[in-house]
Amino acid sequence: MLDKLMNIDRRIVFILVALAVIIPTKLSVNLPISVSEPTQQLYDYIDNLEADSTIMIAFNYGPAGLPELHPMGRAVLKQCFDKDVRVIGVTLAPDAPTLANTLMEEIAQESGAMAGEDYVFLGYRPGGALVMLGMGTSIAGVFENDYNGTALAEIPIMENITNYDQISLLVDFASGSTTEQWINYANTQYNLQIASGVTGVIIAQMYPFLQTGQLVGLIAGISGAAEYERLIDAPAKGMKWINIESFVHLLIVGLVILGNIAFFIRNRQEE
Amino acid sequence: MKRQVPLVLCFLFGVATILTRFSPHPYSQFFYEEVNSWVLIITPFALVLATVTLIRAHVTRIRRRTEYWQYSFIVFAGLITMVAIGVPFGPQYPAFEWLFNNIQVPMDATMFSLLAFFIASAAYRAFRARSFEATLLLVTAIIVMLGNVPVGDLIWSETSSMKQWILNNPNLSARRGIILGVSLGVISQSIRIILGIERSYLGGGD
Repeated sequence: MLDKLMNIDRRIVFILVALAVIIPTKLSVNLPISVSEPTQQLYDYIDNLEADSTIMIAFNYGPAGLPELHPMGRAVLKQCFDKDVRVIGVTLAPDAPTLANTLMEEIAQESGAMAGEDYVFLGYRPGGALVMLGMGTSIAGVFENDYNGTALAEIPIMENITNYDQISLLVDFASGSTTEQWINYANTQYNLQIASGVTGVIIAQMYPFLQTGQLVGLIAGISGAAEYERLIDAPAKGMKWINIESFVHLLIVGLVILGNIAFFIRNRQEE
Repeated sequence: MKRQVPLVLCFLFGVATILTRFSPHPYSQFFYEEVNSWVLIITPFALVLATVTLIRAHVTRIRRRTEYWQYSFIVFAGLITMVAIGVPFGPQYPAFEWLFNNIQVPMDATMFSLLAFFIASAAYRAFRARSFEATLLLVTAIIVMLGNVPVGDLIWSETSSMKQWILNNPNLSARRGIILGVSLGVISQSIRIILGIERSYLGGGD
């Protein structure tokens, strides 16, 4: 019996995980969400920007990071458009342009933001750190056209934008290490303010930069996205998914505790 | 000559690039930006190299009829289709977008989602309080896992505060130690490469 509890067939674990996802989805559970300090910091920073300020959003994730990062991207874009903060979108990930462009168009349509005036998506450029450094000197030197092929000189939002000096904040939505690169190259060298929204697995890496102030705010995984949706009072996928994730976390903790109880009892019996 | 020329170039460009960081003179900044733009040339080479390596690996699999060799044809079908549509018509061409949204996005998301199942199974098996260190890891993991979801605060109102304390203190200290260690390693390795002490990047034996 104890051995069975300590070695539950992994297929049973898989079925339990599937049930922990499916049942709360069907029940539409709504648990209270408390806002963490790093999420609140980013919200406040954007909220305190003057209308007609410009921020840059870097969509550095592909389809694998989409479930966690799209909801937070959606929430930040909505807050910006509602506050008349202009948004310049870029990406350093080759599989991100279609996702980022579709998201920006979708939120702009919902919020009544105008392409070219309230937002622009510049698309993808290879080179990572070199793109970050290049934009510090001249954004038009790196992105000659936007994603649709329009020259930057013909886009109203870019009229008074030359480099980072005119950008109030960069928000990096990342499933990799790009936030650290933005801090190294854009913050340290050009004093650009950086905030980040990252997947759950890299949250821990971001805390040293939060403490030093090199990150002005952080949206941490799907829980951060849910917190941001609560702050802007627009419940969406983030709030829905964090409730579902609660049950999966409970299941895993339950399994771990069960396994350990069996482990302890067996050890006692052996002694 | 095959070894001396790269070593000399590496030394000259390494020292010159470091010096640009200490001089705001326009010539210095021009050199810095110019050299940075040269580095972009590496990207297309890497792309060609990766494509050639992928093709060679799968041609070999098909020739040798290794296990599941038939799947290599799917690799070629995907590669050829995306290149044939993406290169001449661009990434905004409807057919390219359709393939991306309906094949790549769901497949990538599926692969990532499978992690939830494997992590659940692995956590159940691996998290056993076998020693003091393992117990510490186990307790920390449970607090962070519960603190990351709303249900944690329903179980105990201090869960998310404790999670935040763990991330702000022990986690931050350990991360900072790692960052400092890695940075010192990168600096020392860079100096070794610039001075020609470390030559393994040249390939072959020394």
